[in-house]
Amino acid sequence: MLELRNISFSVDSEKGKKEILKDVSLTIDDNKFIAITGPNGGGKSTLAKIMMGIEKPTSGQIIFNGTDITDMSITERANMGMSFAFQQPVRFKGIKVKDIIKLAAKDNLSTAGICDYLSEVGLCARDYINRDVDGSLSGGELKRIEIATVLARNTELSIFDEPEAGIDLWSFKNLIKVFEKMHKEKEQTIIIISHQERILNIADEIVVIADGTFRAKGKKDDILPELLKGTGGCKFYND
Amino acid sequence: MDEIQKSLLEEIAGLHEVPAGAYNIRANGGMAGRNTTANIDIVTKEDKQGIDIIIKPGTKKESIHIPVIISESGLTEMVYNDFYIGEDSDVVIVAGCGIHNGGDKKSQHDGIHSFFVGKNAKVKYVEKHYGKGEGTGERIMNPTTIIEIDEGGYMELETVQIKGVDSTDRVTKATLKEGAKLVVGEKLMTHGSQYARTAFEVDLNGESSSAKVVSRSVAKDESSQIFLAKINGNNKCVGHSECDAIIMDNAKISAIPEINANDLNAELIHEAAIGKIAGEQLLKLMTLGLTEEEAEAHIVNGFLK
Repeated sequence: MLELRNISFSVDSEKGKKEILKDVSLTIDDNKFIAITGPNGGGKSTLAKIMMGIEKPTSGQIIFNGTDITDMSITERANMGMSFAFQQPVRFKGIKVKDIIKLAAKDNLSTAGICDYLSEVGLCARDYINRDVDGSLSGGELKRIEIATVLARNTELSIFDEPEAGIDLWSFKNLIKVFEKMHKEKEQTIIIISHQERILNIADEIVVIADGTFRAKGKKDDILPELLKGTGGCKFYND
Repeated sequence: MDEIQKSLLEEIAGLHEVPAGAYNIRANGGMAGRNTTANIDIVTKEDKQGIDIIIKPGTKKESIHIPVIISESGLTEMVYNDFYIGEDSDVVIVAGCGIHNGGDKKSQHDGIHSFFVGKNAKVKYVEKHYGKGEGTGERIMNPTTIIEIDEGGYMELETVQIKGVDSTDRVTKATLKEGAKLVVGEKLMTHGSQYARTAFEVDLNGESSSAKVVSRSVAKDESSQIFLAKINGNNKCVGHSECDAIIMDNAKISAIPEINANDLNAELIHEAAIGKIAGEQLLKLMTLGLTEEEAEAHIVNGFLK
């Protein structure tokens, strides 16, 4: 499905070149539910953006279904079957919730169709379809709409960057069902960047990215205990 | 009316044929049709170009269409229209000007519209400006709107100029008495080398009067825009002006808001923001499969909707 080969990414900062990702290689098989986790600032979000083409890697290669997409645009990747849910949903003045869901679905969705997607993410559709996707919506509402756009796209691969951020725990329990449905019923491949134990629990495999490097990939039972061990103390004090 | 005139009429007033209710259609400087009703009279001015529109007190749920179309290259006109909105009435007025200039001479429509909104009357005024034509002649429109709102009166002004007008200098002046309310929504897009200046001046004279002036604009290519909004709070009142603009290409936009409080209880706010399309908005729409150009068009259309 998706293969990252020796991906590195660096930015120029005041202190010179800063390496965000160092030689990360990763293969994600068809129909898998993958959780990518690791400490804040470790490069997870950058990795997700590189998959979608939002950032270009400094070096390395990305292969999607056998095609080298390293130099392809976001639009091309989207049309090949990739979707992306932003960690911080974007606001638009004058674009309504129904407009963005329709754009995502790429066909003339009926109002009922739009409502179905909104209901799935726990929004009472009637209250929302005619509202602007702007600052009048709360962070949690925007986040759910963001997830609904990915649902409406119905693509082979969906990448979610920290979908839990800004959503209350109670609602998140229901959202997890959405991801499970995409994975099990529609047999889509899902990559979720997350710190949520609930998500790590249902993932087929967990990938650990820390300090810009690939650390581990494996089943929950192998990875989780190692991860939790690392949270026992603060490095500052341990040193 | 020929096909060009019909298409202009559709563009500015959404009309396919003569409208229901009162109307006055002005085409190439002359009257092309008029209808009055029991409550709405339209009278041609005798001392100058233009009409008086007289709406009887208590007229409810009626509409008036007064489109102006110019399809003759080189025509320049100055028109005075006065609207007398009777007490306690509730009406919608749809105006608009469409110029089709197929020649190389400039076509210009200047208008001075004066509104006298009676006590407790409610009026919505919709004005759409549009220009087209393959000629090199300029299409110019300079509307001046003078508004006087009596006690408890309400006026909503919706103006749209999205395409094809080369130069526009728009002036709107309003004075409000006790409890009167004015709401203005302006949508403006300039492209090519167009120029648009829009100036609002509102005097909130009466106690508890209020005004809200909102402008949304997009400037593309080499075009330039100037937005001026001046609100004078001369009594206990609420005033709010807002200019929100998207700048593209090599365009230039100036926003000059001014609020003057001349009374302790005047509450006045101005907001002005100019910026290019946010990169993250483009990125989001591109992840939905749109090209950068398509994403840009969606963002601009939504903004001006």
